[in-house]
Amino acid sequence: MTAAAAPDTRTLADFVIGMADNDLILAQQLGKLCGHGPNLETDIALTNISLDLFGQVRSCFQYAATLLGNGATEDTIAFLRKEHEYRNVLLVEQPSLDFGHIIVRQFLYDVFHHLLLERLQFSADETIAAIARKSIKETAYHVRFSADWLVRLGDGNDESRARAQAALDHLWPYADEWFLPTAVESAAAAAGIGADLPSLREPYQRKVAAVLREATLELPADTHFRKGGKQGIHTEHMGYILAEMQSMQRTYPGMQW
Amino acid sequence: MDATIPQQEIDPGLLAVLDAVSDPEIPVLSIVQMGVIRRAVSTGGNRVEVDITPTYSGCPAMDVIADDVRAALARAGFEAQVRLVLAPAWTTNWITPQGRAALEAYGIAPPLEASADKAALLGESKVVKCPRCGSTRTTLVSRFGSTACKALFKCDDCLEPFDYFKCLK
Ligand SMILES: [Zn+2]
Repeated sequence: MTAAAAPDTRTLADFVIGMADNDLILAQQLGKLCGHGPNLETDIALTNISLDLFGQVRSCFQYAATLLGNGATEDTIAFLRKEHEYRNVLLVEQPSLDFGHIIVRQFLYDVFHHLLLERLQFSADETIAAIARKSIKETAYHVRFSADWLVRLGDGNDESRARAQAALDHLWPYADEWFLPTAVESAAAAAGIGADLPSLREPYQRKVAAVLREATLELPADTHFRKGGKQGIHTEHMGYILAEMQSMQRTYPGMQW
Repeated sequence: MDATIPQQEIDPGLLAVLDAVSDPEIPVLSIVQMGVIRRAVSTGGNRVEVDITPTYSGCPAMDVIADDVRAALARAGFEAQVRLVLAPAWTTNWITPQGRAALEAYGIAPPLEASADKAALLGESKVVKCPRCGSTRTTLVSRFGSTACKALFKCDDCLEPFDYFKCLK
């Protein structure tokens, strides 16, 4: 099979931004936990993961800014879009209701993120491949952390098990949206730049099932999967996240550190 | 894969200047010993180009390092253009032997080989050596430490907590 023609610059920029939006919103959610972790070590771990993700976002948005031109910067992309222009999946915007939710949300995303980066390492776009090769080393740590904690919670005591199961029941319906490609993602995949997303579903479910077995947790039956984030149709939680995340740029336009 | 990783390319005339710039988070280590400087070459006259690479994507020290490099070279009479490069991705293999020794003397256990590192971070084996007393009776406290590149351990003999520089390959 020969790769389709390279997508135009705008499509490429949209692809790069879309792939980083998941990391941006999750990093923001984790950053808010600074000082609120259940113990010092976990607190530090969650904020370290947040920092890794923000770093990966910066690499992506700096690249997207050069593609977009017209005065775009990593900051304008991160902070000055409207809610419907963010392409993150609904999972990452779900609230940190308790430590069970924080870990289940993290685990479900980390497994997908790692599989995605495994493919993007071989992207036909050199910059995307370089970012993926850098990021995958960090994401491998994230998966180990969240899988480890999921097993500890699930195979822990009655309280931790019940909370982890409740979080899984609540969040599993959000763990399929990323396999449904948008037009931009299909164009990128056809050009050998993006990943064939539907083909990640099977290895994803296998990996998740293996960890859940160890954690003695069960997937809810008859799941109706939710979607819409990648089309910019977000849940009610997104507005609150953006209001806080964008407040400095909106209050002091053009501010820099 | 490792064989294809290019070595640092630093003009001899610039080495001493750059080796005097320390890592902002680990002051005993120079950014050359850390492997963060990938390339530093003269491009004619007093102009030089320097490529730096981050240890971790979110490393907040990169902007400081770029500023420090420009300032140190300016003091030596050079005008430096500093570029951030992502590929090939940094690995702990690039920390020089002097760098590893400096880490240990500073109280940070240097990175182990990948397989030993994995076992250590899963709490499966006692191979991380306490930089204070040399004991290998040490226990993993947290896979994430004071900065992105470190994990937190404690020594079961001298009872001191210490940082372990995680292997990144
Ligand atoms: Zn000791």
